Parts: sequence; structure tokens; C-alpha cells
Amino acid sequence: MLEIRWHSRAGQGAVTGAKGLGDVVANTGKEVQAFAFYGSAKRGAAMTAYNRIDDKPIINHEKYMVPDYVLVIDPALAISADITAHEKEETKYIITTHLPKEELLKLVPKLQGKEVYTVDCMKISMETIGRAIPNTPMLGALMKVSGMFDIEYFKNAMLKVLSKFPQKIIDANMTAITRAYNEVK
Amino acid sequence: MAEKLELQEVEVWDGNMAFAQAMRQAQIDVVAAYPITPSTPTVHGYAKFLADGYIDGEFVLVESEHAAMSGCVGAAAAGGRVATATSSQGFALMIEVLYQASGMRLPIVLGLVNRALASPLNVNGDHSDMYLGRDAGWIMIDAFNAQEAYDLMLMGFKIAENMGVRLPVMVNQDGFITSHTAQNVKPLQDEVAYNFIGEYKEVNAMLDFCKPVTYGAQTEEDWHFEFKAKQHKALMDSSKVIKDVFQEFETLTKRAYKSVESYMMDDAEVAIVALGSTVESAVQAAKDLRESEGIKAGVVATRVIRPFPFEEVQSALKGVKAIATLDRSAPGGTLGMLYNEVSASMYQSEHRPVISNYIYGLGGRDMTQKELKEIFSDTKKNADAGKLVTPLQQFSGLRGPKLSFFN
Repeated sequence: MLEIRWHSRAGQGAVTGAKGLGDVVANTGKEVQAFAFYGSAKRGAAMTAYNRIDDKPIINHEKYMVPDYVLVIDPALAISADITAHEKEETKYIITTHLPKEELLKLVPKLQGKEVYTVDCMKISMETIGRAIPNTPMLGALMKVSGMFDIEYFKNAMLKVLSKFPQKIIDANMTAITRAYNEVK
Repeated sequence: MAEKLELQEVEVWDGNMAFAQAMRQAQIDVVAAYPITPSTPTVHGYAKFLADGYIDGEFVLVESEHAAMSGCVGAAAAGGRVATATSSQGFALMIEVLYQASGMRLPIVLGLVNRALASPLNVNGDHSDMYLGRDAGWIMIDAFNAQEAYDLMLMGFKIAENMGVRLPVMVNQDGFITSHTAQNVKPLQDEVAYNFIGEYKEVNAMLDFCKPVTYGAQTEEDWHFEFKAKQHKALMDSSKVIKDVFQEFETLTKRAYKSVESYMMDDAEVAIVALGSTVESAVQAAKDLRESEGIKAGVVATRVIRPFPFEEVQSALKGVKAIATLDRSAPGGTLGMLYNEVSASMYQSEHRPVISNYIYGLGGRDMTQKELKEIFSDTKKNADAGKLVTPLQQFSGLRGPKLSFFN
């Protein structure tokens, strides 16, 4: 069982990202779960979304999770949210930030000694999609860090997930995914 | 003519999408609805299918849930296939009309996405609304995940509209935990789904002007009792049809449903009885406990809540030493519904296992694996002692000091 927790603000697309990842993974024959804590769900409020991925049907419906990956798609949440909650030694962090990793670690001391990757999903989504929707670039970064799927396979699968959007938006998302894949470190 | 939607062999849907897709495939004549969290995406999804040309029927957005169910009653009496969806306060507002629908023997299908009842206001999942409806004369079925929500919504129409039943059916799923959680769902293609349900057959349609009929007539002490007895008999007799429909669905899809579901009960000494998504979580906990501690744990779930599968509960729990009944609804001054129903069933059986009651998960409070394992361990103590050594009723997952009653 692979477990992923997203930290996001309502409106940044964490739920869509989690469901998109679920779609892609389900196409490979695996079982998936994608859900979120909504609370009062005001746009901009801090929220969490979750993925579970397994080879057999997922029957555990508890919200409690010890994540393998923590994906932070809003820069400020690395500081203000409890992003290390229920972590384990192997938990990997991918964090959206414009800061070099050393500076981020100084700002968020609880991440020191952890396996931390950084990528500026905000800048990437602004420059490609033209809006602050950092979810698809984060998936590109996750593909690089986790090696879950070959990037070309993943992008091809995402085309189907994004098929309801105009071609321009799809192309921009593809560029965003590729950039985040290449830029995460 | 409605357009067909090509579905993949495996879709990733949440429970609301599962409801909306099944409703679309049923080719309903009239949906009257007033959206409320967490069932809103069911209604929203259905409305979008209609706007996109995938549905021919009428969709009426009304001014309240009381009006929604009233609209359903009118349309069903007029002679069409009818459905709606709601949750919580909306369901509470429908209650008066739910009794009208069952009394008039109208085969309406209601998707109930379970949510807590105020006060305090809470949008999250528990079974307060489900429990509120249990004396309303409806057939009540419960889905434990999104796949089941889809399957049971399809089967709901077939059960309700069966000529030997003609009663409304309520299909339940957990708010958020099921309704907003996307999981793998294997849908049927549109034609296969529709053909499974079949054409709607009118009975005493009010729009058949050649044969005028009255719905909702007044009866006093002369006929009311006979009327309600007949209605109760129809509800009791629906068990057979429900089983037949489950069987027919299994033949079509290889997905098996039973009035009472049993998991790892062949050699179980302790069992949890529950509803909703907790059933699956409890199966996970039982599996883990069998491996880690050798506790012979099993799970039993009442897939059909009304008519209550009295005898099937007895046989599912036969041989078990201790049972924990888990109720996700504030019991309002007594033991939980599952405790009362399961105890009543087991009292009539030859052996009498020790039965305890847990109130849990109110207002969406997480039901964790840790908690479920603790309940199994507690129940094992009762099994080993052969009597209650735990309190009869406990609150599980509550913060602050432990709370128990009927000690």
C-alpha cells in the first residue's frame, strides 16, 4: 500500500490532482482511493487530500494515514500547516517553494534530516497554465521522485484525464508536468 | 433520444458520481430534487448529464426537500419512474412525505447520502438520517463503498418497481467517506444497465384517464389498520424479491450481494456488526488481527436494513461467542438500533452470544483501525468470560473521559 497526503488551499486543485492521479493509476490495473478533508471548504482555506494505491481492493476507510509521500502545493503551508503529522522515517516530502532547499530547511526546522525535495509549482503553473493551479506540476515532480511511472507514459495517461479541457490548457499542463519533472531537486 | 455515454471498464468514481451515473442509466421520467451536502454532487451530476443530452426525463428543481419528495409522489402516482437524492436536514424535512410515498405504494428510489443531523450543525457522515427513516415503510439498503452505491442504485429501481413489491426504496451510502471518496468502480454499459432494470410498468397511473383512481384517501378506524397491515406484509414479502434481484445481478456481473453480508464468519468467535464504510474497515481490522494475534474475528453487516433480515442475522452469527454492535447514530436515550435488532434476533436463536453496543463516528469522527481492533479485543474478553465484562454501551473514539451506560 502506497499512501500520499496533499497539503493545499481549497481551490488549488489538490482534490483534482489526487483524483487525476487515481485515474492514471487505476488504468494500470491497480486499486486507488482519493479523498479529502473538506471542513467548511472556503476557497483559500488550508486543506488536505489523500491517495491510497494498492494491488488489492482498498477496504480501509479510515482518514488516519501514515504517508509515504507528503506533497505541499502551497508554499506557505510548509510553514503554517502540520505537514509532518503522522510521519515515518521513510516519509518523503515534495514542497512547492521558490526558496533554495537550504533556506527552506532553515525556515522549517522540522524538515531537517528528512528526505525533502523542492520544486516551484507556483512559478511553473503561472508561466505555463497562466494560473496558480500547482496540482499537475506537482504530479510531474512526484513521478520523478517516486519513479512510479515513466514520464511519457504518465503524460499520455494525463491527456485522457484532462480531455474535457481545451487543447491550449492541455498543452500547458503537459509543459508544466515536464518542467516540474525536470526541475524538482 | 438520450445520447449514450461510453464508459470504461474501470472508472474512478466517488459515491455521488456512482449514484448519478446509475440514475442516468435508469432513464428516469422525473427527478425532483433540492440539493444538500453531501448528496449535492449526485443531483448536480444528474443535472449535468441532462444538460449535456444524456437524459430525456424531466428534472425539477423545487423549493425544499418536502417539495422534492412531494413532486416525486405526484410524478410516481401519475405513472412514471421517479427518483431523488438527499441528506440529513433535507431528509428530515422529507419525512412526512416519505410515509405518504410508502402508504401510496409508490416505487420511488431515494439516494440517501448519510449525514449527521443538527444541532450542532455538521455536514459530515453519520447514520442519524438513515436511522430517522427506519419506520417510514421504505425498503432500506446500504452500500459500503462507491461500487456498491452504483450497483444498489440500479437494483433499487428493479426492487421497487417489481409488481409484487411496489414500495419505495432508499439506497444509503456514507457521506464524504463514500460519497466524496473516488475509488475503482466497474460500471455496466448503458444498455446493459437499462435492460437489467427493464421498462417501467405503470400501476394505477393517475394520467390514465380511462381508469380514474384515488391516491392518499382518508381511512379512519374502519380501514386504516387493515391498510397498514397490508403495507407491512408487502414490505416483509419484499425480502424474496430483493434476494432474487441480488441473484439476477450476480449472474450478470459476478458481484454477489446478500441481505446479510458475512466476512470471515466460518470459524469466528467474535464479530462486529456494523453498517456503511465501517463494515469494510472492520474487515481490514479483523484480517490483521487474525494474522497478528490469532483472534478469530469476523464481520457481519445488514445490507438490507428494512425489511430487517431477522433469520439471516441469526444464521450469520450462529456459533459466535461475543458480538459488538456498532451504531453511528446518537441513540437518544437507549441502546443503538443495531444492538436492539441484533439482540432481538439472537434472543430467538438457540445459543445466546454476549452482545455489547458501541456508539461511534458521530458527525464524521474518524473510525480508525486502532479503534476497531480495540473493539475486537474488548469483545474477545466478553467471549472468553462467557458474559459481559465490558460496559453494555460504550462511546468509542470520544475525547475526554470514557463514557459508558447500562453498566
